[in-house]
Amino acid sequence: MQKQPDQIGHFGPYGGRYVSETLMPALLELEEAWRRIKRDRKFRAELDALLSEYVGRPTPLTLAARLSDELGGARIFLKREDLCHTGAHKINNTMGQVLLAVHMGKRRIIAETGAGQHGVASATAAARFGLECEVFMGAEDVRRQALNVFRMKLLGAKVRVVESGSRTLKDAMNEALRDWIATVEDTYYMIGSAAGPHPYPMLVRDLQSVIGREARKQTLQATGRLPDVLIACVGGGSNAIGLFHPFLGDETVRMVGVEAAGHGIETGRHAATLSAGQSGILHGAKSYLLQDELGQVREAHSISAGLDYPGVGPEHSFLKDQGRASYVTATDDEALDALERLARTEGIIPALETAHAVAHAIRLAPTLSRDEAIVVSLSGRGDKDMETVASARGVELRAARHGNGAQA
Amino acid sequence: MSTAAATTDAGVRPTRSVKRSTGRLAGRFAALRARDEAAFVPFLMAGDRGLDCTARLLDAVVEAGADVIELGVPFSDPMADGPIHQRAAERALRAGTTLRGVLDVISDFRKRSDVPIVLFGYANPFVRFGPEKLAEAAAAAGVDALLCVDTPPEEADELRVPLRNAGLDMIFLLAPTSTPARIRRVLKSASGFVYFVSVLGVTGTKAAAPERIAKLVREIRDETDLPVGVGFGISTPEQTASVAAMSDAVIVGSALSKLVEEAADDDAAVDAVRALSERLKQATRRGAAR
Repeated sequence: MQKQPDQIGHFGPYGGRYVSETLMPALLELEEAWRRIKRDRKFRAELDALLSEYVGRPTPLTLAARLSDELGGARIFLKREDLCHTGAHKINNTMGQVLLAVHMGKRRIIAETGAGQHGVASATAAARFGLECEVFMGAEDVRRQALNVFRMKLLGAKVRVVESGSRTLKDAMNEALRDWIATVEDTYYMIGSAAGPHPYPMLVRDLQSVIGREARKQTLQATGRLPDVLIACVGGGSNAIGLFHPFLGDETVRMVGVEAAGHGIETGRHAATLSAGQSGILHGAKSYLLQDELGQVREAHSISAGLDYPGVGPEHSFLKDQGRASYVTATDDEALDALERLARTEGIIPALETAHAVAHAIRLAPTLSRDEAIVVSLSGRGDKDMETVASARGVELRAARHGNGAQA
Repeated sequence: MSTAAATTDAGVRPTRSVKRSTGRLAGRFAALRARDEAAFVPFLMAGDRGLDCTARLLDAVVEAGADVIELGVPFSDPMADGPIHQRAAERALRAGTTLRGVLDVISDFRKRSDVPIVLFGYANPFVRFGPEKLAEAAAAAGVDALLCVDTPPEEADELRVPLRNAGLDMIFLLAPTSTPARIRRVLKSASGFVYFVSVLGVTGTKAAAPERIAKLVREIRDETDLPVGVGFGISTPEQTASVAAMSDAVIVGSALSKLVEEAADDDAAVDAVRALSERLKQATRRGAAR
């Protein structure tokens, strides 16, 4: 299982490189560069230094003591990716990829973003290394994640608003791929999730695996044993694969990915790709996909922009079919409740994406015993979502109108 | 297949790949070569203005002299297409276009014409239909080849093998970024003809310089006897003539889709597409006055 993907990027029947021929040489070049550089001592030292001195790693593992007590079951630990510079795990990936881009001699970076966290992390990486950066973002997401749009601009990135299709992450990725087809000779495409054509699912996984490596060590230190259950939210699935991957060989460790059920799977308004989709091909890879019977891609829905995506990283499809990880869902309402509950019991406001994972931990913990441990990937902080949460709860944030800049 | 291209105007070049095709495509290219013409290959998005209009447009381009037709199967997320084809696909999907419906239109068309048809689309609708079932249904409908724009040779066997067994070609793309190693890899899987994407960009992108196209087409020709078609970024009779002088087929898409989009009604769309197609076909006759 550790050997995935194969030489041409397949995780079992999933993954691969479904792109137009124009991009094939660039993907082959990227794969080769990554396979070479990831074993390079100098590169690893550079990345480690960036992660510790700039990102703030290792991130802590926090025991959610009051929440665990209230639920009366397993102890819940939070892997605090929300404490990373820029407020989410996304920067683990962009630090590695920006070093790769510089190594490959690229001067311009493009990225797609949903919630804006990967856009911010890409803009941050570009600023740190003096590269040009353009971020593609669906118009609907620009509206609901206005704070992150402002942050990206402050960091010197250009935000390209995508008006096509459902005007969310899926369409941002289409547009980023279209840009890359035209600019591939001097542009580096910094994909933010463990999705897209090979080698991205492998590359992003490798870079995000720092989450799981640290969590494994920290859980052993805190409890003297491995965790029993890992829980992470899954949109494209980068924080989840980052947490899961270093535990794949630990047979006793259960892994649960939590997808967005939106208004409920039965309503059709959801983003639960693995739970309700079928194998399909989108954005360069074969994986589970939300689609109709004719193979047209369905629009996803989630209150969290980062999970509002009809596809999923191919390794998750593989882990699901293998039975090595299981995938469940949480609705918009469950995520909102979980966000509020974690805020009140632990003083931590998670991102709406992350709140889906917290919601499942809240469901699961009471069914386990006190000596069992759950590790939740607390993938991001919730500041960016305050307007969405307020509006869902019928609160109007007048102050926010006056200047998002004050919050940034 | 990697033998150098013949420099004469001889008839059919006996390569394995050409023999594998249904015959309509190979026969067409052979006839054109004998007449010193490049193929004019219009692209039409099936279902744009409804499939009834597609049937009329097919007849119109045939009347105008189309040698091969590329028929687009609409997909919700056409990542290799520019705004014109994105909108055409959106309109076609809104009109309820299905792959089954597109095949039915081709079946009907086959009763009237033997102009070869290449289905052009994205992997997911094809794979979802079922590769075996698709190969069978496409062959029965009279499709000659399939071009799947997001499926390079490495991922193609799922479609290519059933298609080949049904006697259909799978057309592959080469691009300005293709390295010599890549050209050889793609040609190993190619049959029917090779589609050279002449611009660095999506469909409808501004044309590349003719010298650059000529150089790359020569590089491809050095490696194969298959006909080489050139597409993406070609919209005018002038560009068509210049590309026809250096290749075996000229593919024009966005310029026609734009006419379909801008026409006031179906009649106007059919007339406009026929008129431009006539001029484009004329431009592929190498000896003819420009």
